[in-house]
Amino acid sequence: MYVAVKGGERAIANAHRLLADKRRGDREVPELAVEQIDEQLALAVDRVMSEGSLYDRKLAALAIKQARGDLIEAIFLIRAYRTTLPRFGFSEPLDTAEMAVRRRISATYKDLPGGQVLGPTFDYTHRLLDFALMATSNTEAPATAPHEPDVAMPRVTDIIASDDLIERNPPGVPGAEVADLTREPLSFPADRDLRLQNLARGDEGFLLALGYSTQRGYGRNHPFVGEIRLGEVEVELMVEELGFAVPLGDMTLTECQMVNQFSGSATEPARFTRGYGLSFGHCERRAMSMALVDRALRAEEFGEERKGPAQDEEFVLSHSDNVQATGFVEHLKLPHYVDFQAELALLREMRLEFTSKQNPETLEAAE
Amino acid sequence: MSAHRQTNSEPAYNFAYLDEQTKRMIRRAILKAIAIPGYQVPFASREMPMPYGWGTGGVQVTAAILGSEDTLKVIDQGADDTTNAVSIRAFFAKTAGVAVTTATEDATIIQTRHRIPEAALQGHQVLVYQVPIPEPLRFLEPRETETRTMHALAEYGLMHVKLYEDIARHGHIATTYDYPVHVAGRYVMDPSPIPKFDNPKMNDCAALQLFGAGREKRIYAIPPHTQVVSLDFEDHPFEATKFEHPCALCGATMSYLDEVVTDDKGGRMFVCSDTDFCEGRRAAGHHGHLYGGETLSKEAAE
Repeated sequence: MYVAVKGGERAIANAHRLLADKRRGDREVPELAVEQIDEQLALAVDRVMSEGSLYDRKLAALAIKQARGDLIEAIFLIRAYRTTLPRFGFSEPLDTAEMAVRRRISATYKDLPGGQVLGPTFDYTHRLLDFALMATSNTEAPATAPHEPDVAMPRVTDIIASDDLIERNPPGVPGAEVADLTREPLSFPADRDLRLQNLARGDEGFLLALGYSTQRGYGRNHPFVGEIRLGEVEVELMVEELGFAVPLGDMTLTECQMVNQFSGSATEPARFTRGYGLSFGHCERRAMSMALVDRALRAEEFGEERKGPAQDEEFVLSHSDNVQATGFVEHLKLPHYVDFQAELALLREMRLEFTSKQNPETLEAAE
Repeated sequence: MSAHRQTNSEPAYNFAYLDEQTKRMIRRAILKAIAIPGYQVPFASREMPMPYGWGTGGVQVTAAILGSEDTLKVIDQGADDTTNAVSIRAFFAKTAGVAVTTATEDATIIQTRHRIPEAALQGHQVLVYQVPIPEPLRFLEPRETETRTMHALAEYGLMHVKLYEDIARHGHIATTYDYPVHVAGRYVMDPSPIPKFDNPKMNDCAALQLFGAGREKRIYAIPPHTQVVSLDFEDHPFEATKFEHPCALCGATMSYLDEVVTDDKGGRMFVCSDTDFCEGRRAAGHHGHLYGGETLSKEAAE
């Protein structure tokens, strides 16, 4: 007899209850606090803030806890929350030259004003499991140096620009509207502001793979890391009533400026070109990948042949968002039996036609 | 299904989740879509608290047109009790406090995935489709810049070539769902992955039909009583899927049927995909050969 094969409300409620139980895990193990995630899984928090497009460490940590450590799920939670927030206004452009730098490295100059500052980095660590961390660690305090407020740390690209050896950034237009794909649907062709916004929210794995592909010849653009800098930048909001900008607080950012293959023309002398990456928090891999892809997407601007996926604007921008991607891939779990039924019927019909062509007698005998 | 109303059941969120500015933006897109039947209107789709691909477009359209006096029905695969339909219905019951129903005739708004109800829709009803890929030309041409130009020029030759190739290869058009239609003699439109069985219901339909694609950020519409023609050729006219069996539960011979595997020895039964339609027929005394008399509806509605 027919059994109810379709899901009911009670089944859904019970599945969610079971999920909550699995999230908590063994009750003998202390529950993870949001503060612990924020402090000790800080790079996961940074990624969730970046791709969730919401600068809020506590909420990102909460999302990671709720998502059981599934970062794309956490990013989704943040996005769905973010979209309900009212928009008060737009901040003033951030000035990363004024960053309180914690890390700053350049691969193009051995030494430069402000020096190379390694900061907290996995670079040059030996990737050997540290079994001491199995137990509670007793970590020593970091080494410190006296604060030197007078040491300027100009951006490497500004140094190169002073010799006119790199393309100039287009002058900013005060009050100009900046594209916002969270308020306007993505449309093509996209300008660089829109592309950068898209990449800044894009999936780190996707950007990494695309950036990597440019290094392997699919849209090669000869990059050098001009500079990566990590630190805090003040965010300011212009308040019309007051007539001046008011500081809202500090934001941790990672900025990557790639210096790429030069180009020139009959009217312009040869210059290096730029690829730009920016991320909330400490996300060097994504900032670098973003810079590579940004440069690749500028192919047309420099009259380069577009032959790699990373240079294909529609391909990159339409598939970079992991919340969209995961939703659509995972929607295949939803029931499709109506469509499948239609395919079944067609398949049977086609097989019947095939059999009758191969073997007309059998069919007649069966009829 | 209870029909209780609450004015503010989720104070943290606006009525029907979306803020009023977003709803206004969506309504503008809907009005434009109605004005240009079958044309895909870009809209600034929002992130919703359910995943893309799970009905975010339909949910946004429903949220934008839903009023406190509306009665909402949600179906997936024709059924009210499939998990995603249950989830979306619960979402609106919670965030909007509107009355919900499983009865097609009682609903003012019906959100659907993959089906059109069997019962003919009325002029006061709105059918909201969830759409995964709104672009009928997408699998022929992946680039949006190209497909928009093709629509602008009504350049649909590529689609006809595809259908022709089907006929050349298989002797008939090998598309069984997501079957493209021509709307009001102008735009070729993707009807969403409904079986082609349902396509004729779109033509001259008394109800307004709205289509929401959240991930792809498109809304389109078929106004009431609009001509909708499934693409075909004079010598290969469009044919809706026909079933060899009647529904095993209600005996219907004119409904779309789901094939249910009953055992591991090749046992199959065919039952109506539209659960409300099937229940209605059984309540009216129509019985199929496997109808046992127990109230399936009660069980399924739990």
